[in-house]
Amino acid sequence: MKKLLLVTLVLITTVTFAQDKNAKATMEVDGVCLMCKSRIEKACFKTKGVKSAIWDVKTHELKLIYDERKTNVETIQKSVLEAGHDIKKLKIKATDEAYAKLHDCCKYRDIEVREAH
Amino acid sequence: MKNILYILIWFPVLIFSQEKISGMIMEANNNQHLGLPGANVYWLGTTVGTTTDIDGKFTLSYKNEYEKLIISYVGFKTDTLTISDPSKMVHHLLKTTSELNEVTLTSRKQATAKSYLQAQNTFTVTSDELLKAACCNLAESFETNPSIDVNFADAVTGTKQIKMLGLNSPYILIATENIPSIRGASQAFGLTFIPGTWVESIQITKGAGSVVNGYESIAGQINAELVKPLTDNKLFVNLYGASSERLELNTHLNTKVSDKWHTGLYLHGNTHNGEHDVNDDGFLDMPKFNQINIMNRWQYIDTEKGFVSFINLKFLNDEKQTGQLNFNPKTDKLTTNAWGSEILTKRYEISTKFGYVNPEVPWQKIGVQAAFSNHKQESYFGLNQYNITQNSLYTNAIYNTIISDSRHKIKTGLDFTYDHYDEFLDVPNLASDYERTERSVGSFFEYNFDNLNNLNLTAGIRADTHNLLGTFVTPRFHMRYTPWEKSAIRASFGRGKRSANIFAENQNMFASSRTINILNTTGNIYGLDPEIAWNYGLSYLQGFNLFNRKADITLDYYKTDFKNKIVVDYENPQEVNFYNLDGVSYANSFQIELNYNVFEHFDLRTAYKYYDIKTQYNSGKLSNPLIPKHRFFANAAYETPIKNNGHWKFDTTFNWLGEQRFSSTLANPSTYQLSEKTPTVTTLNAQVTKVFSEKFEVYLGGENITNVRQDNPILDAKNPFGSNFDTTFVYGPIFGSMYYAGLRFKIN
Repeated sequence: MKKLLLVTLVLITTVTFAQDKNAKATMEVDGVCLMCKSRIEKACFKTKGVKSAIWDVKTHELKLIYDERKTNVETIQKSVLEAGHDIKKLKIKATDEAYAKLHDCCKYRDIEVREAH
Repeated sequence: MKNILYILIWFPVLIFSQEKISGMIMEANNNQHLGLPGANVYWLGTTVGTTTDIDGKFTLSYKNEYEKLIISYVGFKTDTLTISDPSKMVHHLLKTTSELNEVTLTSRKQATAKSYLQAQNTFTVTSDELLKAACCNLAESFETNPSIDVNFADAVTGTKQIKMLGLNSPYILIATENIPSIRGASQAFGLTFIPGTWVESIQITKGAGSVVNGYESIAGQINAELVKPLTDNKLFVNLYGASSERLELNTHLNTKVSDKWHTGLYLHGNTHNGEHDVNDDGFLDMPKFNQINIMNRWQYIDTEKGFVSFINLKFLNDEKQTGQLNFNPKTDKLTTNAWGSEILTKRYEISTKFGYVNPEVPWQKIGVQAAFSNHKQESYFGLNQYNITQNSLYTNAIYNTIISDSRHKIKTGLDFTYDHYDEFLDVPNLASDYERTERSVGSFFEYNFDNLNNLNLTAGIRADTHNLLGTFVTPRFHMRYTPWEKSAIRASFGRGKRSANIFAENQNMFASSRTINILNTTGNIYGLDPEIAWNYGLSYLQGFNLFNRKADITLDYYKTDFKNKIVVDYENPQEVNFYNLDGVSYANSFQIELNYNVFEHFDLRTAYKYYDIKTQYNSGKLSNPLIPKHRFFANAAYETPIKNNGHWKFDTTFNWLGEQRFSSTLANPSTYQLSEKTPTVTTLNAQVTKVFSEKFEVYLGGENITNVRQDNPILDAKNPFGSNFDTTFVYGPIFGSMYYAGLRFKIN
């Protein structure tokens, strides 16, 4: 009985811990310009529960603060990919269709576009 | 034996602690310092390194031969730290490269930055822009800016007044670090009490502005950010001398007291004791003056916990003397031996700021400000005497947060203002004592929505209870919409309300033989009612490329519509009359501004302004006096590329002012009548700066190089105690051309 209680307690604390309403995550998202910034951040906000999404043009770093009770990193990543932006260290890339929809100046996979920025 | 065991147990721990070094790398981002994840940390000349975790923290192995720790991150300045004691935690702020290379970037980034994104029509004047006009205080620092008009110094006080949207400075809320500072008693000369070198940057907002800083602003808001002990040079010296025998000295000293505390001491002194009378009217062209201005700032910063705080102490002593050349204050003060004037000002100020940013959720911020000032002016103008003392307390608390996500931001808070005015006058026709207390309590709420793309809007409302102005609501609204690339359409509207300090704001009227009358008796402030105005604005900014070079054009249209105004009526040359508006008073302004980067390192800025400013006077609806209907402005800046750390900077400003209306002098005898309008005025300023290194630079410049002068700024100057003496008709430069030189020395 004691053991059970302990296990339950541990589980509860772990669960509460996992359910952080201001959970943070960072990832490297490909993109080149301020238009990309707007697109990436908007894609994050499509998911309910995302409170803050800031993408840095220079470092390509996306900083997220989100409510874990409402969403998770995977869902947010999915909508970033759908918007046409690759996420480094993730095996799946944005689909070619999604990428094709990007504005010409934002075609970050193109070396010439990258260098132009 | 036991002891040995202990030693053995401790040994590995000791070794372990010797082997590791840990710490946190943060991003030096304005006032909030956030952990920087993913930064590279490695030992110089080794392959031993790591990257920081999500919170910016790291642990790295250590050996005695390691000394230099390198911290690098894309977009940030790479730093090298010397590690002498590895057991200490390393806390380091990494600065972004853009901050560091500000000077080298300015050739591409203009010194005045217009935002394509903000809802308000705000632009920032950086310290680089401030250097373009080497002089000297906040009033003069607007001379290279087309949105703010700097008037010519008046004949008596030598003070330059500013105008925005055609309205003079009482209609502009002027704040230092978001604390309303130039108001009430300091309205007339306050801008000359902020030395130019103390200013880090200026934000100018056209139109109603935010509700956060109060209900008083009507034409716009100007906020001056002062230099900060943490980021300002350790030592800065600026020495300035002008052909008019004006001398200025600015010294900044900044030191680190502890990891969290920084302090700075800022000293300013200026003096002018030359006697000039180029127009031979027997009067000094500019006052003699001495000013000592001291500020001590304390800055506290705790990045881990998210606390920031400032404590500022200021003291000012300013003395001006002017009048006839033969005037000696010791023997002639308040006599008819000779006409003279002295203005003595003392001001004490203490202000504190406290800010907290929740390190976990950076959008949660709390800010508390409090400022107390004591301002005392004693002055006389011929036989007229005017003294004012103002004690003022301002407190404000703001809470920032978001609703659901960071696209919806809100600011809300409370403020309290207390002002006590005590005025003494010895002027014919007026009572000798005016005393009043103003108290107001207000609350505000501002909502900002940013769709991260083409729409950004700010809607604010505040409610105030004021013992003399009553209980009232102040709405303000700003929005920006971007219909296509590189463009911004802005619209705004808002209400402002204020009590006019009729004597403090119109002090040059004392230097005339006019009788002063207040025609209303029923109001709460000198018998007058509060001033109320609505401001509406529309602005269009478009960036484009012209011959492959960056350019932008701005069209601004603003309308200020007064519901009540304290009309200052100079239309009878023997009188100044103050009365409540009966009819219409409006200020319409249109401005077209073109900025063009003509070739590399060469920037051109031109602007044309049209003003239609009319008021219903008792004698009819007239254009407000001494405001040009048409105005043209141009500024050209060129910098040579940097060679051996040094380079040249050239800057020139051209101003053309159309005809301005003189208030009516028809009732005067014909010898003292002026034409209906002033002639046009053209002025040219230029400055050359030679930067020798990051530490040392010298500058040389000229103001009003073409030597344009108003010949007779004083009416009936030969007879200053007669009934036609008047110094209020200044429309152009009095002194003519002036040359100056100076140097700046800084140690970082």
